Amino acid sequence: MSRNATQVAIVGVGATPYYPRGQSVPQTITELAGKAILAACEDAGLSVKDIDGFAYYSGAGAGYGSQMDTAEFMETLGIPEVTFSAALTSGGGGSAGSIGLARAAILAGDATVVVTVMALQQARQRLGSVFAAAAPSPINSFLQPSGLSGPGHLMSVLTRRHMHDYGTRREAFAEIAMSQRQNASNRETALKREPMTLDDYFNARMIAEPLCLFDFCLETDGAVAVITTSLDKARDLRQKPVPVIAAAHGGHRDWGRAFAWMGMPGEAFASSGHAPVAKHLYQRAGVAPTDIDVALLYDHFSPMVLMQLEDYGFCKKGEGGEFVESGAIRYKGGSIPVNTHGGQLSEAYIIGMTHIREAVEQMRGTAVNQVAGAELALVSGGPAALPVSGLILGRDA
Amino acid sequence: MKAQALPADRVRITTDTSTEPFWQAAKQERLVAPKCAACGTFRLPPTPFCPECQSTEVDWTELSGRATVFSFSVVHGFPGLPDITLVPVILDLPDAPGARLVSNVIDVEPEKVEIGMELEVLFSPISDGWLLPLFRPVARG
Repeated sequence: MSRNATQVAIVGVGATPYYPRGQSVPQTITELAGKAILAACEDAGLSVKDIDGFAYYSGAGAGYGSQMDTAEFMETLGIPEVTFSAALTSGGGGSAGSIGLARAAILAGDATVVVTVMALQQARQRLGSVFAAAAPSPINSFLQPSGLSGPGHLMSVLTRRHMHDYGTRREAFAEIAMSQRQNASNRETALKREPMTLDDYFNARMIAEPLCLFDFCLETDGAVAVITTSLDKARDLRQKPVPVIAAAHGGHRDWGRAFAWMGMPGEAFASSGHAPVAKHLYQRAGVAPTDIDVALLYDHFSPMVLMQLEDYGFCKKGEGGEFVESGAIRYKGGSIPVNTHGGQLSEAYIIGMTHIREAVEQMRGTAVNQVAGAELALVSGGPAALPVSGLILGRDA
Repeated sequence: MKAQALPADRVRITTDTSTEPFWQAAKQERLVAPKCAACGTFRLPPTPFCPECQSTEVDWTELSGRATVFSFSVVHGFPGLPDITLVPVILDLPDAPGARLVSNVIDVEPEKVEIGMELEVLFSPISDGWLLPLFRPVARG
């Protein structure tokens, strides 16, 4: 579809404060999500009673072992009727694509005001050891005994293969961590704002070589909600609409269960799994990577930012290291500013939702680290088991 | 310090009808992989259908136990075992092309492990009487 065919827009974003892991208690998932939803409605100039659709991702899971539920939100928030309630499958790979699910509901006439929400608490189970804590299953019995205890441990072997195949250096991962820390330094919402030097990076504890502490995202609590509606309706609301230019989710069998499988053939192994989604996304938007002004790339682990830069066509496959080390992703002076909000490495980790929030602010022109004149923002979901997803947002004329 | 595997009492597995033959063979210190009886494609983990031709017929093929390191990590610590050093490996199996096994290399200093290294299988006790395939460097003659 062309940009002229854009028919839906993001009209509201709301969030709780971001908390270090475990510090959002005694609030509950429902409280955190409810606060984010109410804040998103307030931002949009809508009543919560206007919501008639829920478009989740991660199977409506709230982090690790908790669940969100539409009926519970209706009961506690007083939402009178819903006409759509669905979720993308799997995990954080669907974060950006959940806006596409909302868009589908609106274009089908199934719902008019659709909320996407993620709430996360890690008091009971932290991200870092989620695979070690999982109950044994027939399929994970082929993975769990190895001691690859968390997602970063799993992605460390993809990273090592990328370094082996293409000569990628740890200096590139350091540049990702440092540039995002720099972006977080002036943000009140960011949990890590102190500067990070190359020495800091190379002196950090190795967790799963070749990855060190600063390659891993923060472990945080909080909630973010986003409201999507038709562009017509959006024009009557409080904020400047942020048009949804294109959304895509899915992926190829070569990636599949990805690092929970490790069978990815050829180039797919040392990748983000996003190349097929990127192709559909650009085709649907009618744009090319060079048209993107700011990229909010899911950064659970720094090397996956590098591999997404390749898969989204900002550089050639295998050249991500050199590209990043050239300073190309910096907010100041970079050719494609990446994670201007500090991302999950330095601001907070809400399973991809902070990237959507930042893209909305960039397209409204209200971001803390505003990219001057930015007209198109790319948002990606997590490199993870399929579906992975991408989203392009635009600036309203 | 040489790379270790997780202690036996920290490793539990479960099986289903697709995976049970793999673990029963391991209990007899045999490394096997499912080969599609219709088209000859190997797959791991064992799953109900051949992804190439959708057949459910499987030839459980006994492998030599040789493997090549495709990639690996050096993991420092595990929940409850802060001082352990593990070297999880992603292995290509020369006699089951296309299938990969995730395991650990032991009996080697982590810094000596490299992509392309040749390994051989050994079997190590885990919980509930099962044996887990692990790998060590091929003895140089």
